[in-house]
Amino acid sequence: MSAFETFLEGAVRTATPLGFAALGETVAERSGVINIGLEGAIIAGAFGGFVAAGSGSVWLGFAGSMVAGILVAALFAIFAIRIRADQIITGTAISLLCLGLTATLYQQMYGATGAALSIPTMSAMELPLLSSIPLFGRALFAQPAIAYLLYIMIPLVWWWMYRTYEGLALRATGEDPRAAVAAGIPARKFQTMSVLFGGAMGGIAGGVLVIAQAGSFAEGISAGRGFIAIAIVVLGRWHPLGVAAAALIFGAASALQYFFQALGWPVPYQLFLALPYVLTLFGLAGIAGRAVAPAGLGRWPDQV
Amino acid sequence: MTVSNATDSALELREITKRFGSVIALDDVSLAVRHGRITALLGENGAGKTTLMRIAFGMIQPDAGWISVNGVRKKLASPSDAIAAGIGMVHQQFSLIPAMTVAENVALGGHGKYSAGQAVATLSEIAERTGLKLDPLARVADLGSADRQKLEILRTLAHDAKLIILDEPTAALTPKDVAELFRQLKSFVSGGGAVVLITHKLADAQEHADDVTVLRRGRVVLSARMSETTRDSLVEAMLGVSPDIESAESNRDFISAGPVASLEAVVLPDDPHRRPVDLQINAGEILGVAALDGAARSLLRALANRSPLLAGRIHLPSRIGFVPENRKDEALIADFSLSENLALANAGSLHGTIDWNAVREDTRRIISDFDVRTSSSEALPAQLSGGNQQRFVLGRELSGNPSMLVLENPTQGLDVNAAIFVHERLRQARNEGTAVVFYSSDLEELADLSDRVAVVTRTAVTLVSPDRDKIGQALLGTLEKDGS
Amino acid sequence: MGAELALLTDSLVRATPLIIAGLAVALAFRGGVFNIGAEGQLLAGAIAATAVSLAGAPVFGRAVVLIALIAASLAGALWAGIAAELRRRFHVLEIISTIMLNFIAIYFVSFLVRGPLQEPTHIYPQTESLDTVARLPVLLPETRLHFGFVLAVGLAVFLSWIFRRTAMGFRIRATGASPLVARMAGRIDVSRTSFLVFLFSGALAGIAGGIEVTGVTFALYENLSPGYGYTAIAVALIAGLNPLGVIASGIFFGVLETGAIALQREFGVPSSIASVIEAVFILAALTLTAVRGRQLLGRASAS
Repeated sequence: MSAFETFLEGAVRTATPLGFAALGETVAERSGVINIGLEGAIIAGAFGGFVAAGSGSVWLGFAGSMVAGILVAALFAIFAIRIRADQIITGTAISLLCLGLTATLYQQMYGATGAALSIPTMSAMELPLLSSIPLFGRALFAQPAIAYLLYIMIPLVWWWMYRTYEGLALRATGEDPRAAVAAGIPARKFQTMSVLFGGAMGGIAGGVLVIAQAGSFAEGISAGRGFIAIAIVVLGRWHPLGVAAAALIFGAASALQYFFQALGWPVPYQLFLALPYVLTLFGLAGIAGRAVAPAGLGRWPDQV
Repeated sequence: MTVSNATDSALELREITKRFGSVIALDDVSLAVRHGRITALLGENGAGKTTLMRIAFGMIQPDAGWISVNGVRKKLASPSDAIAAGIGMVHQQFSLIPAMTVAENVALGGHGKYSAGQAVATLSEIAERTGLKLDPLARVADLGSADRQKLEILRTLAHDAKLIILDEPTAALTPKDVAELFRQLKSFVSGGGAVVLITHKLADAQEHADDVTVLRRGRVVLSARMSETTRDSLVEAMLGVSPDIESAESNRDFISAGPVASLEAVVLPDDPHRRPVDLQINAGEILGVAALDGAARSLLRALANRSPLLAGRIHLPSRIGFVPENRKDEALIADFSLSENLALANAGSLHGTIDWNAVREDTRRIISDFDVRTSSSEALPAQLSGGNQQRFVLGRELSGNPSMLVLENPTQGLDVNAAIFVHERLRQARNEGTAVVFYSSDLEELADLSDRVAVVTRTAVTLVSPDRDKIGQALLGTLEKDGS
Repeated sequence: MGAELALLTDSLVRATPLIIAGLAVALAFRGGVFNIGAEGQLLAGAIAATAVSLAGAPVFGRAVVLIALIAASLAGALWAGIAAELRRRFHVLEIISTIMLNFIAIYFVSFLVRGPLQEPTHIYPQTESLDTVARLPVLLPETRLHFGFVLAVGLAVFLSWIFRRTAMGFRIRATGASPLVARMAGRIDVSRTSFLVFLFSGALAGIAGGIEVTGVTFALYENLSPGYGYTAIAVALIAGLNPLGVIASGIFFGVLETGAIALQREFGVPSSIASVIEAVFILAALTLTAVRGRQLLGRASAS
């Protein structure tokens, strides 16, 4: 494979967990809820997937990731939707909680014994004809199978959001919860469901990190991806297709380091590690993403 | 009390009681709405009209009482239930989503009966049936007030409403649109539908409604056929006092000294016509501002130095008091005590340390001077009633001895006593030389309180004398050129 | 006696950066600025303090400590300033930008201690140790308790006074409670006030980093901060954003974390249990205030 193909493949690989998390967050934010606790869902999913994969099955592992993510999201929903506590503080607290809790549990369950834990990892699954396409065939279609789930989910979410009544109701809830309620939409239910969906996707993102990439768990392995995903949602203008593209851009930024290494340019590796975060700052400074946020994002009027 | 005939009863609300905390919003209210008739629900602001209709639409639940639709008792636990029962509501603050299209807004509230795409078909069917037409793919943000209201009505029709509730529908409409609206409503009821018209505009109710119910302070005061009532009996029912009470108070002895503020060729931000405005505010004078649908908002805020200008020059005195319409969100900080809220005045230019004892003293003084009913200077705003909050805010804004005081709808939502008190204080301030500028949506108030009235319409700012009819005519653009 | 004293003084040592960073967070939150970047601002301060101390000790002698701390505060303010400017000009949610800057700061430290600032033998990823003249004086002999603790308490008292008695403090509180009312009724320049609050918050966090370097670590290395900046959020929230309360909650968390480390040594209980307890506390505080019906920050929907 040429350096360019390696770069593309790395870009898609890095983009996969980001894409899952960002897609889920897009649905949540479209319903008007900003879930800063996404980071918590990812790390919980990473740990949950690690534990579940210990059973020997990668798909069981991913199921565990999803459940963990949903649990975290449920906790967030109770505070932010049911009690109407401040979404930002709640999300931050939950992220901190999950980071600490997973680290504690990991040390407790595996660290002390000193045993090197290995779990079955998901290796790349080449799709027969498609992976032979020149240039990006291998990059897109020689990925672990979980990536193909993402490929399916993106257009699926897009169709659901823009072509069904439920998708319309969801978007209405995010734009103007009062109008939505007056139109007979059960706004709270929609918000709760979309937050849970976001949690599930975040959990799967964590699972990808552990099961399809690193092969084991480490404290803080989420490394801020939850927050990066939130920036990706902004860059992608809260639209499933835009978000997918933005995730790919971020993946590409990270993968640049391989490109540079291959070319032999001596740039300190920390620069590449920092690049996604720097990019997030630029992305948030919003290249036109700002103007199209759901009007009711993060707020909730009193009477509803 | 009109007796409802089971066969033509569209909606009945019986013995409805609703409390919000310690405030009784509705007290044993009963209302009967019949098919084929327009029922007007009249009352002052805060009388309980909107609360009652929110109950009818399932948005709130009553503490006592029951509802029947078409003679069948029903529990309306949510707007979905109401819509399913054939009730539609056209709201005061339009409940449309600006970022979405007409079709999408119509599809909302259909409970998945159809998607936005299918709504287009329904819309054209209704257009054929009633003549009400709108471009399904237009974005609501691009529509004007009249079209938005049309959309709201279309939406209720699209969901097979047999009873339509309209909440203050004519507030933002031109006379032509108002006529069109009532034409549509009459055609709707002649086809067997029922309409409830919530309004505080007596004239509209008298002209178009068949039945009328008047609410005052949460109670039904009058319920009859419109043909059996007179204007005076309605006014008395609404206000509880004979209509002339305010005129006795008007004190026309004022000393108008020189100008205190002026606008020269000023263009305001939310004015789509970009017309330049010239206006002069004099000391020792009360200037009332009349306008349709909040067109005066940016004018007042510019005067209060709280809003930018797009062009022109503005001369303002250094000390300006400002009492905004939205007390809760713009004038008082909920988590601050009254003393701390007082300290807000001029907080922007304070230096050094704050002597809280002095501030508490000042607060107590205002509480006594302005007759604010509260337990202490450290109380929170939420512990005061609306009237007392307004007294306090007024006291705070006057405490700095401003050269000019700007107020938005100063007596909106206040009980009669508080309103009278506010008027007295404003006259007092004027007599002491302060320039008072206030906006009101109530023509009676404008006529009673002002020394001069500036009428803001789409085409010009006109100065008229404080005569109710002249103000009304100027608003509608029918005033003669010479002001007669 | 020795072991208990060591535990107590170690708790206070641990509490010092928590208190100062907690003050940084309390100040920011009070002013309506969600500064989650105390961690990165602390590191920025640590970097500046280290660089200044290493370069300046031979030149300035004892005075270098003061200069280092000033540099630390400036560096923290600068790091916060990036997020502050992004917020002011582009309306970027500071919650996210400050967290991004935290990560960038961590990688920056890594780069420095493996590169330009690495100790002369180039073996270990850390800087040279600080000269003794550049270290904060110790309060109690035979312990690690240093002058920084006194500074922490002093700063808390100072901040408390600012909030209670000064016009500036009142403006900050009003801006945080309701930017709209602050602007409408108070004629307060909300944008400017928030910006300054952000910078001062960063400066405080920077001082925390500078004090850690000159009082405890005496060098810069990776993982210098075990999440002080994040714990500080819990510290501030539990204290109800009250500066004097921050002293108490900072000490509480200091005891908690020191104890947790001791527990891990003695009984194998993972030390990260402390962060779990902290987050549970935040959630509990959230529930209480939400149930009482008032937002923890009294924050109206920001404009």
